Amino acid sequence: MSDHDYRPKSKVGQWFNDRLPLLTLANHLTDYPTPKNLNYWWTFGGILTFCLITQIVTGLTLAMHYIAHADMAFESVEHIMRDVNYGWLIRYIHANGASMFFLAVYIHIFRSLFYGSYKAPREIIWIIGIIIYLLMMAAAFMGYVLPWGQMSFWGATVITNLFSAIPLVGEGIVTWLWGGYSVDNPTLTRFFTLHYLIPFLILGLVVLHIWALHVPGNNNPVGIDIKKPSKDTVPFHPYIVIKDGFALLMFMIVFAFFVFYAPNILGHADNYIEANPMVTPAHIVPEWYLLPFYAILRSVPDKLLGVVAMLSAILILAVLPWLDTSKIRSAVFRPLYKQFYWILVADVLILGYVGAMPAEGLYLLIARVATAYYFLHFLVILPVLGFKEKTLPVPLSITEPVLGGSPNFAAARNKESKIE
Amino acid sequence: MSEKKTKRRDFLFTATTAVGAVGAAAVVWPMIDQMNPDASVKALASTEVDVSSLTPGNTLTVLWRGKPVFIRRRTQKEIDEARSVKMEELIHPEKDEDRAKNPEWLVMLGVCTHLGCVPLNDKGDYNGWFCPCHGSHYDTSGRIRKGPAPWNMEVPKYEFVNANTIKIG
Repeated sequence: MSDHDYRPKSKVGQWFNDRLPLLTLANHLTDYPTPKNLNYWWTFGGILTFCLITQIVTGLTLAMHYIAHADMAFESVEHIMRDVNYGWLIRYIHANGASMFFLAVYIHIFRSLFYGSYKAPREIIWIIGIIIYLLMMAAAFMGYVLPWGQMSFWGATVITNLFSAIPLVGEGIVTWLWGGYSVDNPTLTRFFTLHYLIPFLILGLVVLHIWALHVPGNNNPVGIDIKKPSKDTVPFHPYIVIKDGFALLMFMIVFAFFVFYAPNILGHADNYIEANPMVTPAHIVPEWYLLPFYAILRSVPDKLLGVVAMLSAILILAVLPWLDTSKIRSAVFRPLYKQFYWILVADVLILGYVGAMPAEGLYLLIARVATAYYFLHFLVILPVLGFKEKTLPVPLSITEPVLGGSPNFAAARNKESKIE
Repeated sequence: MSEKKTKRRDFLFTATTAVGAVGAAAVVWPMIDQMNPDASVKALASTEVDVSSLTPGNTLTVLWRGKPVFIRRRTQKEIDEARSVKMEELIHPEKDEDRAKNPEWLVMLGVCTHLGCVPLNDKGDYNGWFCPCHGSHYDTSGRIRKGPAPWNMEVPKYEFVNANTIKIG
C-alpha cells in the first residue's frame, strides 16, 4: 500500500482523511491493480466473504430465538421452524449456508493448489487461510451440536472423544471439554458461546488474509509476477467488482436451490430425533464437508494414530509452500503436476465417498489406499516433482501469449517495457 | 554484552516479569478450571438400580453420570465363554474373574473406548457387543477383541447393596 499519494477532493474529505485515512483505504481498495487475466475460479474470495456475512447475520437472528439448554434446545429449534416468523427461512439459510461456505472454500483451496497461489511470496496468505479453514470446521461442528438432535449429540461425543487418544492427559482433557462425565448441558452452553465467537475471529483473520494478499497482489492463471499497475492489470473497481458480482449471482442460484427445494438433503434425518444418551444411531456420519478427514480417521486401525493421521492431513497443508519445490506456480506450465493435481482431486472425492460408507470390507480397503496416496502426494510426489519435472516455457507477461502470435510482437514488447 | 554487569535495572526487569507471569497464571487458571465438572455435576456421583426383574441373558441399561451403564445377567454359556479365553488372545488382557466378581453379573460402562458410542447388545463376532460407529467387537466380558477401540469397556465402582439392588459409583 506504499504507492498511495491519494488526496480526497473535498475539503471535508481532506480534513477527515488527515485524521483517519479511511478514504485512502477505500481508494486503495477501488484502484487496487488486479491481473487482467483472472478467471472465474478467482471469484470465490468474494463469494466466501458473502458466505461469512450471511452466516453472521442469520446466526445473530437465530440466536434471538434459540435457547442453549439441553432440555430446551431441541424444542427451541422446532419453535424457530414452526412459530417464529420466517424462522424456517433463516434457519435453512444458516444450515445450508454452512454447506455453501464449505463448497466455496474447497473450490477456493483447490484453485490455489492448481495455480500455485500458496508459493512465495504468498505463504502467509495461505497459512492464514488454513487457520480460517480450521476455525470454519470448529464453528461448523459446534453449530451442528446446537439443535441437540441425535447426530448433534453423538457427533459431539465422537469428536470430543478424539482428544482422549492423547496419552496420559487425554481423559482429563475430554472431561474438561465436556464440563462433566459425558456430553451434557455444560457442553452445549460452551459450544454455543464458542460457536458465537468463532465467526468474528474468522472475520478478523479475513481482514489479515486480504491485507496479506494486497502486499504482493493477486496470483493469476499464468502464475507469473507482474508489474503493478501496468498493462497486465485492471483496477479492482469496476472490473473485478462486476465479475465477482456476476459469479456471486450464479452462486446464489445454487444456494437458493438448496434453501428452497432441498433444505434437508445435506443433513441427516437422525438429527430430527432429540438427543438420547442411551442410544447411538446405527450409522454416525459427519456432515459431507468433513467426510474425507473422517475416512482418514477410520482407515487407521489404531486410535491415537488415526487421530494423528486425520490432524496431519489438514496441518500438512500449512507447510505446503515448502513441500512443493517447483519454482513454477501455475499448473498450466507443469504438465506432470497437472496430472497429479487431478489425481489428488479424485483421491479426496473418493475419500469423501468412503467416509460416508460403513468402515468395512472393500470400503475400508479403498479408504486405506486413498489415505496412503493423499500423504504420498504431499510428502513424496510434490517435493520430487519440483526437481524432476520438465516445465513448459513461461511467458514474460500476461499480454505476451496474446501478442506473441502477432507480427508486432517485438514492437509491442518494446513499447510495454518503456511504459513500465 | 558479556562485559556488562548485572545492574539494578536488570534485576527490576526480571523481577517484574516473574511477578507478572505468576499474576497472569493466577488469573488464567480460574478461567480454565471453570470449565471442569462443577459441584452439581459431581454431586450426581452414585445411583442405585433395582435388578430384581432382570432374567439371565438380558441386559439393563441405566444412566449414570450421563453415561449408559450395562448391567448384564449372564447365562452359564456366556460365563464359560468369557472365562475360557486365553490371555494371549486379548488386546487388553484382563481376566473375566477380575471384571465380574460375581460371574452372573457383569456391570460396565456402555461406552465404546474408541470414540464413545454405545455398543449394541448380543452383536458382533464374539457374541458380546458391537459398536456401530467404527466397528469394534467386544466379547461376553465386554473385552475388546477386534476393531479400533484400545481398551475393554470400563467396569465402574459398584456394589450389591442387597440381593436385588446394585449401587453404582
